[in-house]
Amino acid sequence: MVKHAKPRAFYDEFFRRGPGEKNTTYCPGCGHGNAHKLIAEAITELGIQDRTVFISPVGCSVFAYYYFDTGNVQAAHGRAPAVATGVARAREDAILISYQGDGDLAGIGMGAIMHAANRGEHMAVFFINNAIYGMTGGQMAPTTLVGQRTLTTPDGRTAGREGFPIGMCEILDKLTAPVFIERVSLGDPGRIIRARRAVKKALTNQVDRKGFSFVEILSPCPINWKMTPVEARKWLIANLEPLFPLGSFRNLEEPPAAYGYRKPVSDQELLEIFAAEKSLNLESRRGLVEDQYVKIAGFGGQGVMSAGVLLANCAIAEENNATWLPSYGPEMRGGTANAGVIVSRDQIGSPVVDHANFLIAMNGPSLDSFEDSVVPGGTILVNTSLIDRKVRRSDVKVLYAPLTEIAAQAGLTAAATVAALTMYAAETGAVSLDTIKKVIPLSIKKKSLIDVNIKAVDLAAEYHANNLRGQI
Amino acid sequence: MDRQLIKGNEAVVFGALLGGATHFFGYPITPASEIAHAAAQYFNGTGRCFLQAEDEVNAINMIYGAASAGARVMTGSSGPGIALMAEGVSYLAGAELPAVIVDVQRAGPGLGNIWAEQSDYNMVVKGGGHGNYRNIVLAPFSAQEMCDFTYRAFEIAEKYRMTVFILTDAYIGQIMEPVLLPREVRHAPRHDWAVYADRESRGNLVTSILMSTELLSEHNWKLQEKYKKVEAELVEWEEYETGDAEYLFSAFGICARICLSAVHELRNKGIKAGLLRPKTLFPFPEKRFRELAKQVKSVVVVEMNNGQMARDVEHAVRCSIPVLRYNWMGGMVPSTQEVTERAQKDMRG
Ligand SMILES: Cc1ncc(C[n+]2csc(CCOP(=O)(O)OP(=O)(O)O)c2C)c(N)n1
Ligand code: SF4
Repeated sequence: MVKHAKPRAFYDEFFRRGPGEKNTTYCPGCGHGNAHKLIAEAITELGIQDRTVFISPVGCSVFAYYYFDTGNVQAAHGRAPAVATGVARAREDAILISYQGDGDLAGIGMGAIMHAANRGEHMAVFFINNAIYGMTGGQMAPTTLVGQRTLTTPDGRTAGREGFPIGMCEILDKLTAPVFIERVSLGDPGRIIRARRAVKKALTNQVDRKGFSFVEILSPCPINWKMTPVEARKWLIANLEPLFPLGSFRNLEEPPAAYGYRKPVSDQELLEIFAAEKSLNLESRRGLVEDQYVKIAGFGGQGVMSAGVLLANCAIAEENNATWLPSYGPEMRGGTANAGVIVSRDQIGSPVVDHANFLIAMNGPSLDSFEDSVVPGGTILVNTSLIDRKVRRSDVKVLYAPLTEIAAQAGLTAAATVAALTMYAAETGAVSLDTIKKVIPLSIKKKSLIDVNIKAVDLAAEYHANNLRGQI
Repeated sequence: MDRQLIKGNEAVVFGALLGGATHFFGYPITPASEIAHAAAQYFNGTGRCFLQAEDEVNAINMIYGAASAGARVMTGSSGPGIALMAEGVSYLAGAELPAVIVDVQRAGPGLGNIWAEQSDYNMVVKGGGHGNYRNIVLAPFSAQEMCDFTYRAFEIAEKYRMTVFILTDAYIGQIMEPVLLPREVRHAPRHDWAVYADRESRGNLVTSILMSTELLSEHNWKLQEKYKKVEAELVEWEEYETGDAEYLFSAFGICARICLSAVHELRNKGIKAGLLRPKTLFPFPEKRFRELAKQVKSVVVVEMNNGQMARDVEHAVRCSIPVLRYNWMGGMVPSTQEVTERAQKDMRG
């Protein structure tokens, strides 16, 4: 080749290698040089130089960015397809090239390539299979032949010890998403012409937004094969090609699946998505007298978590501070769930309710677990629908109420925790019933459930007024 | 009702989107999964991009790619996942790419358990991967700060071309609290170093290799200068009751909340306790610790780990006063009472 025939997608002078540098870093007879040239020619012919981002791997081609006059990103060992995924998702009109050796792609990077292929990422992958680790001095690659001597298989690769060479085209051909898979060889000029066609097709597919295209290129590494360039090409044809048969594995007209991201919403729309509820016009903001440490405990599905959220929401609506923390820790075992809510006018320190001043016990295990932790002088509300026993402590106030039955009367047993919350509010005045009723519609997604919950509030308030007021 | 009740892990996602984040690449792990869930809903739902990666190693490399292309990109994970990302974070540092990583810490080592710990401090604050690099580390202690810090993180990351970590824990991730969301949407500017796949940026190269020892040495020294600048410009902390304090608590995340309560309890008992809470762990408020060391009798560092931040406090005060370590591990969270009672003994003595 004459020098001025260098394709335009190559730099004229490899300034990143050194001032005035015109030569590559590759050994004489190395396949990387050929492969680079095929790619640079295709980029030039397709007129995609400006849009192309070339991902350099770790391996002998780590400095591919010395040569390609395109956008360049150098990736960690094996990660070029993941890096290309990131670029592709960020720049939808980019043409991505992931260029990788056999250690990079089929060894350390096996997961990355499988999943990029499986997602049908928009990228052309050029896989240089030279059956060896070139850069690090000639160790075994996943594609090393059985019997082939390398620095880490000095007596030759043994299938029983190191496994068999891996055929990447064959493996990727099992996936649905790739549109183009072909194996080519740099063994002689005729083969190189076929390789050129495959390389161009893979890049054309990118121009046409067809998706994941994979070209495996059998490529000589004379240095580590310990051969002359001529011997290396002969050896490649005689030994690699029988194991890694050349040809097209797949060439689809259309990608099996496509995905288009929706247009990004405007700033205004984004702000609206996250906008807070309008003002609730609360009747009263009853003054919170003392900090509230509330524990709501029951079994999963009783709605203790959402009742806690409801209480915290009511507290905020009344312009107090609040924290809600789900049961988190060993106490979650044994089928009980609990939420701790703190309400205060001041900044709240620890959000952990170790010692509640109001315990809502929705079932037996919850009363067993938390009865002792209530502060002296605190209050325990016991759901008598599910708890037979009495509270043992004498230094706390106790309210007994058939919460589940009240909720059932309202039409929804799951509203028992809302009934409980109502009694808590009626008893302590920490939040007003009006607030609870106004916040419920905001926190319940299913509209049909709003009315029954409001009814549960009314029935519970009535029960409290008739039966619990003044109870010790 | 301008304030909304929002879970810490979700506040991260709201803050991120309002802060101009366009890409999220992640892999599920408790107790950070809710970040991924919310990101899947809101990133894809608003025409941004959420993608579940095959693992954390590839997630961080997708981040590397998107950051190379100038996007505001992030992930959320926890200890085991953050450890897997270490190589990628080192590459980000070497290539000077901006990115945001949220670490909702769980208990280790190994698979440990899913309850809260703060034992990723050394890994995250000191770097985590190979090479002479630092991350900027923000330590939120409320749902509000989960939102605010993430909102700001992208601009900080871009300003210094560094990874910004939000180092939080399972408690601050799980807590629901009133949050006031930012009212302005931010966007990434065009960077002169990024690879946009267009003519203007065609000459750009993102890489962390410098083969010559001279050049890599120069690059390393340049990074160290940058970290010094970060230390001079970015350090943030908050103090409570330190004016006349004789004893100082220090803690971050959930432990800072507990210490805040402990300070009030001790003050009620007539003990002059205060709290210095670093909001940035790198840069660390060294100078302020040194100043307070002249005023207080001792510092109590409360952490849910084996005393990882305490070392930085010791270094800051140059052993001029005792630095006491209160440590909990394995997912145990101290109660306010435990901290208060122990401090009461130590602070009288
Ligand atoms: C995480 C990591 N592990 C190991 C290495 C060392 N390493 C660099 S290149 C390479 C093998 C490259 O072989 P291959 O991908 O076949 O490319 P070739 O050099 O043959 O073109 C290895 C093991 C590294 N850079 N990073
Ligand atoms: S070691 Fe092998 S792959 Fe690497 S440049 Fe030399 S010939 Fe090419």
